Amino acid sequence: MPQVTLTVNGRSHTVEVEGRTLLVELLREKLGLTGTHVGCDTSQCGACVVHLDGHSVKSCTMLALQAAGSSVTTIEGLAAADGTLHPMQEMFRENHALQCGFCTPGMVMSAIDLVQTHPEGLSETEIREGLEGNICRCTGYHNIVKAVAAAWPLMHGKQMAAE
Amino acid sequence: MGFEGIGAAVRRTEDARFLSGRGSYTDDINRPGQAYAVIRRSDRPHARIRSIDTAAAQQAPGVLAVYTGADMQADNIGGLPCGWLIHSKDGSPMKEPPHPVLAVDKVRHVGDPVAVVIAETRQAARDATELLTIEYDDLPAVATVHDAAAQGAALVHDDVAGNLCYDWQLGDKGAVDAAFAGAAKVVRLDLTNNRLIPNAMEPRAAIGEFDVNSGDYTLTTTSQNPHVIRLLMGAFVLHIPEHRLRVVAPDVGGGFGSKIYHYAEEAIVTWSAGKLKRPVKWTSDRTEAFMSDAHGRDHETTAEMALDAEGNFLALRVSTVANMGAYLSTFASSIPTYLYGTLLAGVYKTPAIYVEVKAVFTNTVPVDAYRGAGRPEATFLLERLVDVISHDTGQDRVALRRRNQIPADAYPYQTPVALQYDTGNHQATMDAALKAAEWDGFEARRQEAAKRGKLRGIGLSSYLEACGLAPSRVAGQLGARAGLYEVANVRVHPTGGITVFTGSHSHGQGHETTFAQLVADKLGVPMAQVEIVHGDTAKVPFGMGTYGSRSLSVGGSALVKAMDKIVAKGRKIAAHLMEASVDDVEFKDGKFTVAGTDRSKALAEVALAAYVPHNYPLEELEPGLEETAFYDPLNFTFPGGCHICEVEIDRELGTVQVVRFTAVDDFGRVINPMIVEGQVQGGIAQGIGQALLEHAIYDESGQLLSGSYMDYTMPRAADIPTIKADVTNTPCKTNPLGVKGCGEAGAIGSPPAVINAVVDALREFGVRHIDMPASAQKIWAIIQAGAPRMAAE
Repeated sequence: MPQVTLTVNGRSHTVEVEGRTLLVELLREKLGLTGTHVGCDTSQCGACVVHLDGHSVKSCTMLALQAAGSSVTTIEGLAAADGTLHPMQEMFRENHALQCGFCTPGMVMSAIDLVQTHPEGLSETEIREGLEGNICRCTGYHNIVKAVAAAWPLMHGKQMAAE
Repeated sequence: MGFEGIGAAVRRTEDARFLSGRGSYTDDINRPGQAYAVIRRSDRPHARIRSIDTAAAQQAPGVLAVYTGADMQADNIGGLPCGWLIHSKDGSPMKEPPHPVLAVDKVRHVGDPVAVVIAETRQAARDATELLTIEYDDLPAVATVHDAAAQGAALVHDDVAGNLCYDWQLGDKGAVDAAFAGAAKVVRLDLTNNRLIPNAMEPRAAIGEFDVNSGDYTLTTTSQNPHVIRLLMGAFVLHIPEHRLRVVAPDVGGGFGSKIYHYAEEAIVTWSAGKLKRPVKWTSDRTEAFMSDAHGRDHETTAEMALDAEGNFLALRVSTVANMGAYLSTFASSIPTYLYGTLLAGVYKTPAIYVEVKAVFTNTVPVDAYRGAGRPEATFLLERLVDVISHDTGQDRVALRRRNQIPADAYPYQTPVALQYDTGNHQATMDAALKAAEWDGFEARRQEAAKRGKLRGIGLSSYLEACGLAPSRVAGQLGARAGLYEVANVRVHPTGGITVFTGSHSHGQGHETTFAQLVADKLGVPMAQVEIVHGDTAKVPFGMGTYGSRSLSVGGSALVKAMDKIVAKGRKIAAHLMEASVDDVEFKDGKFTVAGTDRSKALAEVALAAYVPHNYPLEELEPGLEETAFYDPLNFTFPGGCHICEVEIDRELGTVQVVRFTAVDDFGRVINPMIVEGQVQGGIAQGIGQALLEHAIYDESGQLLSGSYMDYTMPRAADIPTIKADVTNTPCKTNPLGVKGCGEAGAIGSPPAVINAVVDALREFGVRHIDMPASAQKIWAIIQAGAPRMAAE
C-alpha cells in the first residue's frame, strides 16, 4: 500500500493509505481526528473543510495522497496550546453560531479562510456569499454571519467597530 | 458567576467540545474489533425480488457475512412497528402492512434495504455490495397521491385496496354543511404542501455490540429518543428484553424529527453484532440518507371557507390526501391526523370545522414528522386561505385576521376540533410584529423597489401550534400506543455537585445549558456544579425523548418536579440539623433557613448529612439525596405568533430574495433568550427553504430525482436574510414553568408568510395562489405570461 507523509496540526505523520483513500478518511480513520465531519458525498456541504497549507479545502474532495508534503490544520489544531480558543471559535461561542455542532468545524475553518483572505473588510453580503460552500441546517446562518463579522477585527488586530 | 438563572442568555456549556472538534457523534465512535455494514438498497421503485445471489460477495476479500431478508425471517425478526393507531370514518383500524427490516419478496421504494454486507473495512463491504446479483421483476409504481388513489392504480401492498391506509375525519360535518348552505360567500383553495427531506447535517449512523459474557446488546445510534428505540426494537423487532438492551444516543447532529423513528439499520447492526459476536457499524452516506431518512409533508388539499357578508368565518371544510410513502414509519399515521386536523382552528374562532384525511401508500420513502409535523401543513392552509379570502373579497388581510381571531379574553378557548387552548393573545403578537416590521411604511418600500426594477411584496401569517407532546391519556384515546410523559432524576452528590439525568435529548437544542440553568435557578447552585446527562438508557431511568417542542415543557417540568422533591426532603433534613420544625424551614438561594432567624444550612451541608447520616432522622427518612419524577402534561401547550416577510422578485429572472423577516412569537416564559432566538432563526430558515427552495421530487416511475445536494436545494447563507425575532410572554397555565416550546415555531409560522409576500409582489399579474416552492421557474412563467390572469391551481 502506498505511504503518504504529511503534517497535521504541526505533527508529521507517515501513513499507509489506499490510492482511493480520501484526505478526510485519513484524518478521521487513520489519525483519529474525528472533529472533521462528512455530511455529504457531492462536495456540497462543507462539513469536511480543513486548511491545506493555510487555505480551506474540502477534505472529502481530495485524495490523501494529494496531500503529501502538505501541512494540514483541522479544527483540533486551532486553539492555542494552553487551550485558548481561536477568535473565530470564541466568536462562534459568544454569538451562539452553532446548535448541533456538526457543520461547525467546517464552518469555522471556512470562515477563518474567508476572513484571512479579506483583510480589506467584509460586508454582510460578502460573508453570506463567502459561506456558500457550507450548509448549516440548525442556525439559519444569522448568528454565524454575526460571529464571522465579530471575528474579523479580532483576527486583523483592529478595534471592535462601535456597536 | 453572573446571573445564570431563568431568563439569562447564558453561553452554552456544550459549545466548548463542539468548537474544538471534540464532539462525540456516532460515526466518531469506534469499537475494538469493529466490522462495517454496507447496505444494498433497491434501485427499483417497485419490483418483485426474483433472486438474490450472494455467492460472489460472500467470497470477496474481508467479507464476514452477507444477510438478506430471508436470513432475518429465519431468525424470526419482526417488522418495524408503527406507534399510533388511526381509525377510519367507518371505525375500521388503519391498514398496517408488514414493514420488514430487509425486503422480503418485494421492494417498494428506491432505497428499500435488500441486503447487508458486513466486512472488515467499510471499503471492503462497499466493494462487495457491488458483487451482489439481484434479479427483479419490475412492477408498475405509484409515486404521487393522485396516482396512488387513481382507479386501477398499482398496489404498493397487495392486500391494501386502493392503497388506502385510512380515511379519517374530525369535526361536525352536519354543522359545517349547514353553515355552507347558508353562507353569503364560499372561498375555495386547492393547494399542495410540498414534500421535503429533513437533511440533518449529521447522516444517520449506528453501532451494534454484543457482550458474549452477559448476553447484553448495546446500540449506539443517532436518535432523538433512545428509550423509544429500545422499546420498539427490543419488543417488536429483535425480541430482546429491556434489561438486556442498552441504547445510547451520544452527540447527535440535528434531528428535526427525522431521528425520532426506529429505522431498519438500527436493527440490522444490533442483530448482526449478535450473530457475528463483533461490533458492527453502519454510517449512512448522504445519497443513502436521501432515500432512507423519513421524508416530510406531502399533502394535497382542498380547503373551503364559508363566510357571512361581513367576512366572518362561519365554517371550514378541508379534504386532504396525505402521502405515507411505502411503509408506515414510527409516527407517520398521527401526523396528518391529530397533529394536523386538530390545528385547523388556528388562531380563529371559526365555529364549525370538518376535516377528512385520506392517507395513501406510494412507492416512495416513508413520510413522517419533520419540524412542525402536521402543524406547518395546517398553518400554511389557513394563512394562505385567509389571504385568498382577502383577495377574493377585497377585505384588508390584517383587518380580516383581526375580525376573526380569538379575542384575548376568550381563553380558555374550546375549538371545534378537540383542542382547548389555555392561553393566548394573538392580537398582541400581531400588533407587535406589524410595528416591528414597519407594515404601514411598506408602500414606500414597494415604490422604491419598483424604481430598481424589483417587484416587492409583503405577507404575514398569524399562527398557533400545539406542542409539549403530550397528555398521555388524551394521546391514548386518540390512538397513541405509548405514553408521552417525561422523566428526570436529580442526584445531589455528598459534596453538593448535582447530576441530572433527563429523558429529553439534545441534538442541537442546548439542554446541557438550559436544564442546568433551571437547576441553578431552583437550587441556587452555580451551573458549573451541575451536569446534565441524557441519551443513554443505562444511565437515564426512562424517557420519551425530544420532538414536538416538548423538552422544556415536559422534560423541564419533570426536572422541576424532581427538584421539588429534593427541596422537600432537604427541608426535613435541615429541620433536623437545626432542631427546628419542618414548617419553619424555607429554601431560597441554595440555603435552608429557619424562618425569621439567621440559622441556615447550605444545600451541600444537607447533602453531606444525607450521605453521612450520623446526625440524621433515620427513623423517618432514608439517607441519600436523589429524586426521580415522571411528569405527564395536563394539556398541550399553545405557542403562537406572527411572522412578516418581505420579498423582492427580479422581473427578468423570477428569482425571489427575502429582504426582511420579522417574527414575534409567544413562547410563554423564556429560560435562555439567546437559545430561543437561535431556534426561531433556524426554524424560519427551514420555512424559507420550504417556501422557496426545497422539493423532494419523484418522477412518475418512482425514481427520486432530487437525491443529492446537487438537486435538492438546501438554504444557504445568502438565501436567508437577517431575521428580526422578538417574543411576548403569555405564560402557559398548565405546566409549572409557564413555558410553551419554541423548537418548531419558526418552521410553522414562516412558509405562509413567505408565499403571501410572493403573491403580494405578483399582484399586478392577478396571481391568487402559488404552490411551494415558489421557484424562479414558476414565477418567471407567471411574469412572462404578462397580462393579469388567474394562476392555475
